[in-house]
Amino acid sequence: MAGSSDTIVDLSQAMVTAPTTAADWLVIAPVALCLTFSALSLMFRKDVSRQAPLAIVGFALLLIVAILLLRHVWMNGTMVMTMGRWLPPFGISFTVDMLGAMFVLTTAVIALLASIHALADLDSTQLRYGFFPFLFLMIGGVCGAFLTGDIFNLYVWFEVLLISSFGLLVLGSEREQIDGTTKYAYLNLVATTLFLVATGYLYGIFGTLNMADIARKAPLLRETAPLMTLAVLYFFAFGMKAAAFPVNFWLPASYHTPRIVVSALFAGLLTKVGVYALLRSLVVLLPAERAILAELIAWVAASTMLLGALGALAQNDIRRLLGFVVVSGIGVMMAGLALGSPLGLSGAMVYAVHSMLVMTALYIAAGLAGSITGSMAIGATGGGHKADPLLAFAVPALRPSRAGPPPFSGLWPKAMLVKASLDVGAWWLAGAILLTGLLTSIATVRVFLLACWRDRETVEGATSGGLLRAAPLAALLAMTLAIGVYPQPLLEAANTAAAAILDNAGWAAKVFPEAVQP
Amino acid sequence: MNTLIFRTVAPFLTSLMVLFSIFVLLRGHNEPGGGFIGGLIAASAFAIYGIACGVSPVRRALYFHPMGIAGFGLFIACVAGIMSIFVNVPFMTGLWVFPKVFGVELALSTPMLFDIGVYLVVVGAITSIALALEEREED
Amino acid sequence: METALAVLVGVFFTFAIYLLLSRHVIRMLLGVAILGNGVNLLIFTAGRITREAPPIIPDHLTVPDVAVANPLPQALILTAIVISFSFFAFLLVLAMRAYQELDTDDTDDMRVAEPANDVAPPVSY
Repeated sequence: MAGSSDTIVDLSQAMVTAPTTAADWLVIAPVALCLTFSALSLMFRKDVSRQAPLAIVGFALLLIVAILLLRHVWMNGTMVMTMGRWLPPFGISFTVDMLGAMFVLTTAVIALLASIHALADLDSTQLRYGFFPFLFLMIGGVCGAFLTGDIFNLYVWFEVLLISSFGLLVLGSEREQIDGTTKYAYLNLVATTLFLVATGYLYGIFGTLNMADIARKAPLLRETAPLMTLAVLYFFAFGMKAAAFPVNFWLPASYHTPRIVVSALFAGLLTKVGVYALLRSLVVLLPAERAILAELIAWVAASTMLLGALGALAQNDIRRLLGFVVVSGIGVMMAGLALGSPLGLSGAMVYAVHSMLVMTALYIAAGLAGSITGSMAIGATGGGHKADPLLAFAVPALRPSRAGPPPFSGLWPKAMLVKASLDVGAWWLAGAILLTGLLTSIATVRVFLLACWRDRETVEGATSGGLLRAAPLAALLAMTLAIGVYPQPLLEAANTAAAAILDNAGWAAKVFPEAVQP
Repeated sequence: MNTLIFRTVAPFLTSLMVLFSIFVLLRGHNEPGGGFIGGLIAASAFAIYGIACGVSPVRRALYFHPMGIAGFGLFIACVAGIMSIFVNVPFMTGLWVFPKVFGVELALSTPMLFDIGVYLVVVGAITSIALALEEREED
Repeated sequence: METALAVLVGVFFTFAIYLLLSRHVIRMLLGVAILGNGVNLLIFTAGRITREAPPIIPDHLTVPDVAVANPLPQALILTAIVISFSFFAFLLVLAMRAYQELDTDDTDDMRVAEPANDVAPPVSY
């Protein structure tokens, strides 16, 4: 009908009329790229020889795009692109601020390194079963969640990454994996359904789904609408996604079951999407409600980190131990959310970036240690230093990095968070962060002592599997060292990001330029 | 489910349903219908064929692997979104052309291309799940 | 009308939570399906109920001339239905595989990933 209509319609009332520049396309590029490459690798999934170049080219392009995006956001501030030209809040807006750009870049780094590791680690049956299509789809979902500025669209990206994570989790369909996936699937599905419930109520209250619009309207409705209910629902739903105590039990039940590279990706990325969504929903959309909930969030954070660390102490299997270490890291990030000060929030962001890199590296290292020493059980491993000196160096470097002494990247965010807690007089939170560091060190250094330094006959024919498998680990290690020694750029980025998410008005002004404001 | 009547009727029923699914797909732009529901109709057509004649004739008739079809659908849906880069408008903006073929004006658009992509994704994904379930029953 | 639908949503949630508390995978699956429908109804109710007036703009106008139904909740529900449908398909296959491989549909008996009598880590070097 569009061609034959004789009514003259003023399009500028409903549509974005300014031409879109090439730079604006950077906003959507990570998602569009991942989906396109997912489609391509799905089309050629029988042809294993084409999977490797597709994956490397795809993730290298993603990394380039993510770097350009971060550079653009650094120089020009928040970027907005509204799909299909419909004016926000009717069109779905993608909005990138420093927080989103920083997380997308980290995701791209991890995706590239993990896919290099996967090429050396997986056999051709697993590649043919569809590792890379699922991986591209999952990374697309993760990037979409970091970039979108629409709360229902965020739900859609959560589901995209969830269903592709199911695919990656059962890849190989061993008994253990099916068991783990069953628990992971149901609990995560309940969490995203709760997210949908909250979003339904939110639409009923605000009549809009655009996050900038919600942030703009929230102060006006605070007196009359039950916004506290929304905040608690979001806290519960995203807390479950992030694996916060007491709804964290799906994580240690499932993260040790799939292939090690899949565990590494999950540990690096998925729970951090939950933390990101917590920051977005509670700090940006409902800041006053977050302030009321702060005490509760702080207790949840403290118990998550301590129980995660205690759980790690009790494990004999290295991968299950790491699952609990992931949980304790979530607690540390939530401490930043509870504090809500610029320093606390930027500490949480730096910790999230650090944790994404280090958790991925730890799982890859565990995989290498397992294949060298022939076992994933701490009690049975040993002799790592004889079999592979590189590993015997990498592992000790990584283990304490998690806990945070200098010169590793864990030091800075922990120092920021402890300082931020002491600033508001929450000495017990600062104490919990430091105690968690100690317990995590004991748990992880013990693994390293037993697996790498203990003398034991190595298994015949066990190798680390060549350079390609170890190279990503070395790269991740170099990055955590680099951040530890020269943290200035990351700290600056995180401070900018924290300032940006605390400044609702600036964000709304970007999405709704003055010209169209009612 | 292996009766003579069902086996005789199934190929006709399948082709009729696939034809109807394409009708529903194309009608979907201005009236009820569209890629998702059309894809479901086509997928159930293949499922019926599979129940009647076994899974391998369906795989042979489809020629491409269902997951490959889904991949192609996702690809053209992405292409439909990315096309708007060439006219300086945001991602997923609807673009229209009205070429005249044999004196008839055709309304071709990127939303239609996107819908065809959705159709293929649904056909591919649901068919591959249905066939996997049917295959297991035969063991 | 809203009150009746709100009560219905509550009934849906009650059934869903009851089923989700079961130890049997297949009941949990049904619970998830009912939960999804309950949420869809919730979004529909939260988006305000209107008597049947399709949101179609007449040819000679640029805005609708009467109060029409809000199409957005319907679009949201459609998206949610598609997503929950694909999850249901996946979980159904997973439940079947779990029953075949693990020989049980009782989650209490699924102790392959987390064995019941796991050894403790060594306490000394």
